[in-house]
Formats: sequence, C-alpha cells, structure tokens
Amino acid sequence: MKNAVGREIPQEILKKTGKEVFRGTHYYDGKPVQKVGPKTNVVINNNGSKLVDTIHDVLVKCKIKNGMTLSFHHHFRNGDKVLNMVMAEVHKMGIKNLTICASSLGAQNDPIIPMIEDGTITNIESSGVRGGIGQAISEGKLKGLAIMRSHGGRVRAIETGESHVDIAFIGAPTADEYGNLNANGGKADCGVLSYSAVDAMYADKVVAITDTLVPFPNLPAQITQTYVDYVVVVDEIGDPAKIATGAAKPTTDQRKLLMAKYCTDFVINTPYFKDGFSYQTGVGGASIASTIYLAEIMRERNIHMGFGVGGIAKPMCDLLDEGLCRVLVDTQDFDQPSIENIRTNPNHYYITAGEYANPFNKGAYVNKLDFVILASLEVDVNFNCNVVVGSDGVITGAQGGHPDTAAGAKCTIVITPIMQGRIPSICTEVTTVTTPGEDVDVVVTDYGIAINPKRKDLMEAVKGKGLPIKTIEELRDIAYAITGEPEKVQFGRRVVGVIEARDGSIIDVVREIKPFEFKAEKKPAKRTAKKK
Amino acid sequence: MEIKKPAVAGTMESSDCMVTVEPGNGSIEFTLDSTVAHQFGNQIRKVTMETLERLDIDNVKISIVDKGALDCTVKARIEGAVYRSVDQYDNLPWGGAIK
Repeated sequence: MKNAVGREIPQEILKKTGKEVFRGTHYYDGKPVQKVGPKTNVVINNNGSKLVDTIHDVLVKCKIKNGMTLSFHHHFRNGDKVLNMVMAEVHKMGIKNLTICASSLGAQNDPIIPMIEDGTITNIESSGVRGGIGQAISEGKLKGLAIMRSHGGRVRAIETGESHVDIAFIGAPTADEYGNLNANGGKADCGVLSYSAVDAMYADKVVAITDTLVPFPNLPAQITQTYVDYVVVVDEIGDPAKIATGAAKPTTDQRKLLMAKYCTDFVINTPYFKDGFSYQTGVGGASIASTIYLAEIMRERNIHMGFGVGGIAKPMCDLLDEGLCRVLVDTQDFDQPSIENIRTNPNHYYITAGEYANPFNKGAYVNKLDFVILASLEVDVNFNCNVVVGSDGVITGAQGGHPDTAAGAKCTIVITPIMQGRIPSICTEVTTVTTPGEDVDVVVTDYGIAINPKRKDLMEAVKGKGLPIKTIEELRDIAYAITGEPEKVQFGRRVVGVIEARDGSIIDVVREIKPFEFKAEKKPAKRTAKKK
Repeated sequence: MEIKKPAVAGTMESSDCMVTVEPGNGSIEFTLDSTVAHQFGNQIRKVTMETLERLDIDNVKISIVDKGALDCTVKARIEGAVYRSVDQYDNLPWGGAIK
C-alpha cells in the first residue's frame, strides 16, 4: 500500500507489525490516545536499600527470561559501557529472543553483534544504528525487524504500550542507594538523562547502574526513587573522553562557511526572526558557523533568543552565558562545555525526551520552535529527507530528533552540500524517506537555496534580499551535471528495517543489501550483425 | 596500444580512484571496487570502456578502486596508468587519444 510520501509499504510488513501506512504529519492531531501503565512491585517496607551486588544478581531478581524487551539510553554516546556490560551478562545466562529498545545505538555497541547472530537479540528498536550493528542488520543477520523511531516517536511508542519495556537499564552518573539518579557529577557526567525518563516511568522493572554512589538523597534528581527498583554499583559506566565526542570545531571550510552565511541570511529575512524567537541547531560545521554568524546579527539588532532547544553544544551555551539567549532546554549534551554549562548556568534546564518531542502528549517543545537547522544525507525534489540509510544501502545513521523538530518548527531548514563525494545530496528520489517533505521548508546548499513551493510566504519574505534562490529541481540538476545521474541502490527482497513516522505509522522500509551487479552489457553492434 | 607492464595511477583519497593496468589475456578484464558502485558502477564501466577504446586497447587487465571519483578523474587516471605501463612520459597525445 502506498503511503503519503509515495512509498510502497509491503502488505506483509503491515500485517506483521500491525502498523498503518503514513498518512501525513498531522493525521493524529487532536485525536485521543490511550496510554498504558507499568506493572509496579510496590515497596512499603522500610528496609532502606535497593542496592544489588552484581548485574547477574539484578537480572535474576528481575526474573529475566526469553523474549523480553530490555531498554537502554545513549547519553554516554561513544563512551557507553552499560549496554555491553549488561548484555554480556545476559548472554552468559543464555537468554534468547530479546528485543533491545535503545534510544540509539552506535559503534561503541559493536560487541553485541555476535548476540544478533546467535539469536540472543532478535529485534531492535532504536532511533537509528551506526557502526557494525547497522551493517549486521542490513546484511539480514537480525532475525526479526529493526524499528527506527525518532526520539519523540520512541516516547510515544513506550507510553502507548506499543513497545512494552520489561527491564530498563539506566546508566546514572550519580545515584543514591534508593534510586535517585542524576546526570551531573560522578565519573561519567553526561549532563542530562532525558531519554531515560520514559523508560523509568513505563518499564516494569527499572535498574539503575552507577559508578558513583552518593549519600541519600541525591538531589536534585532527574529520575526519582519512586521509579527505580534496584541500584547496582559497577567500576565504570562510561568513558568520559568519549562521552563528549564533541561538536565540530569552528570550521574554516569555505563551502561550509558559505552555507552557514546563506542559512543565517535566510533566517534573518524571515518574519520569525524577532525578539524572543526560538532556535534549534545541530553540531555540524555549517550549523555551528551559522550560529556564530547569527549571534553577530543578534548583537547588532539587539534581538534575543527566547529559548534554544535540543542536543546542546558550546555555541548555544555561549549565547546563553552572554545573555543573548534567555533559556536553554536540554535533552542531550554533545560536548564538555555544555555538560559543564547545565551545572553552572541556572537558565540551562533539563527536559525529558517526551517534553522535547513526543507527538502524543499535550504539546512538546518542538511545537514551539521557530527555526530548526538540520542536516541530511539526501534531500529529494519533494523535500523528503533521508538521515538513516547510506549511499551503499546500509543503515548508517539515526532519525534522532530530525522528524520531530522538522514537524514542529515554523521554519525547518536543511543544510547540505550539493554533493558529498560523488553522491548528489539533492536527488530525484531519496533512498529511504525518514522525514517527510511536507515538514521541510528550506534547503540550503553551497549552490543556492530552495524553498518548498508550499511556503509562498517564505518565498515572498526573502524576495529581493539578494539570496541565491533556486528551485529544488535546479539544485538537483546542478548536482547531476557534476556527478552524473545516479542509479538507485540495488537492494535484496527481504525487509530488515521499518522507518516509523513520529506517530508510529510506517513512512518507509529498509531492505537487505546485496552486492552490486552490473547491468547486462549491450553487445556491440558490429558483433551482433552477422556477416557472411 | 599494448600494455607492456603493470602500472598504477591515482590514489585512495576520497573523490579519487586508483587504476591498475596489467597485460591482458586477449581481452578486456575489468574489475571495480567502488564506494559508489550502486549509483555509478555502470557509468564507471562505460567511461572505462570508452577511454580504453580511445586509447586503442583491447587486451588488458584493468582494476579500479574508486572512492567516488568523477568521470573526468576516472578517465585521467586510466590514461595515466596506461602511458606509465608503456613508459611514455613525453609527446603525450594531448587532445588526441588523451582528451
């Protein structure tokens, strides 16, 4: 069945998952939704401690068994040790058919690949997958399906019971013996525990894993004792050097600086750029450069940002410290300065992933965004974006908050160079749709800016401002003139992954990869013409 | 032209390709390892065959390790490898066989 972005979703997948095809970003707006609650083992006794000696013991106490769903967060990013540590123990116990429900997975989790191959892990739910796990899924090694959800979509799925977490494992930089958890302080400080909040509230069993036990009560707590069953103390939950893998340094790449300039010039010519505006940006070189350009204009015109959202990095913290931004609401910290900043600047606030982006609550922060600046691997002439599947057809990225913020913001800007290597970023049809074109308003490239034709107001606003406005088709044609017209990736038949829209419907599927095959060679005319 | 000895041109840098030519076994034997095979594999083969034809080569083992090189780069690297294989460094046919 074809969905609202023109993708054919196989009947068998709709049947298998019980999901519907994507009908548009606002299809569920205003509709009632039922949430579920977890099965809670109540604690009425006053024995005091929730400490359990080892991960093995806590797995036994949680009555782990085949077929369960285990959840994890990715706030420790490339330095995460919790997921591997827990899964190694689970593997030793011989548990099979598990679903991993993680807020994201990366190369740091490659040690679980053998567990995918031997059937310990048969389903994966994640924002996306980087590293070897993506390769394994794309090679068809996962017995079940990989479901890719946005950060907001994950919260929705857990709250509505579509994804039921049996045991949540929450790596906590600090914890007390009764389960008050915080991301600040400790050896593996990660700033916030935003993605874990929903796990804490909706999993049947919640296990905190820490390497820094502090006296009770550990306040202020980002996750409180009322949600936590057990606390396990281990040597190390994360590698601090790899937690803050860092935002890009201010770039000197002329192509990125040019795109940053175009982006900022666009932003300041829209009606949303006025005192109190809101803004989210990424950590790529062009995004950071555009934040720095924007700050200059803000100082010049005495315009202040009302609030900044999202994954936070140093340039946004600098705006906050300077007083150019009133408030930061934070769901993830990308570098050491932002981890530091949430501790030191009282206007830098922790919010949960649900508050940030869940489409099925009574209004998330993304709905209040004026601007979001995003990147994309590919954008097509219908403004659809792909941020998950690489040019080789392998799952290689994550939705993150891309679809959430694109849907929420009044002006969604995607920055991408017109080509990356030989791959044209602006193309006729993206390999996989991960964010629908209806939510993407502007595409900024090094060869010009395209505005979604449905945003006549934006076209009008920037008219005559000296910006290099082109149609998206013109940008594609410029790219193709340099690279040549690309052929489509050759996939196998089997569906290995499902790309969920924010609301849980299916926006696209990912098939297994297969080796590239040349087209049958046309026989040269001279050989086919038979001569006597 | 006849390939006299194995020769290489190009690098493994992004947006470049490394072309190796060796004397053939009576035909053109083409192998490709490309980061953009799905998108441009057929195109790279086409450019290779056209370039070899222009250089009048029908007996060669040619292997290309491609890191996303544009057509012009692929062509130039093939020409480079071919002329190295015959030790010709002067009087190159610019504008003729080399376009």
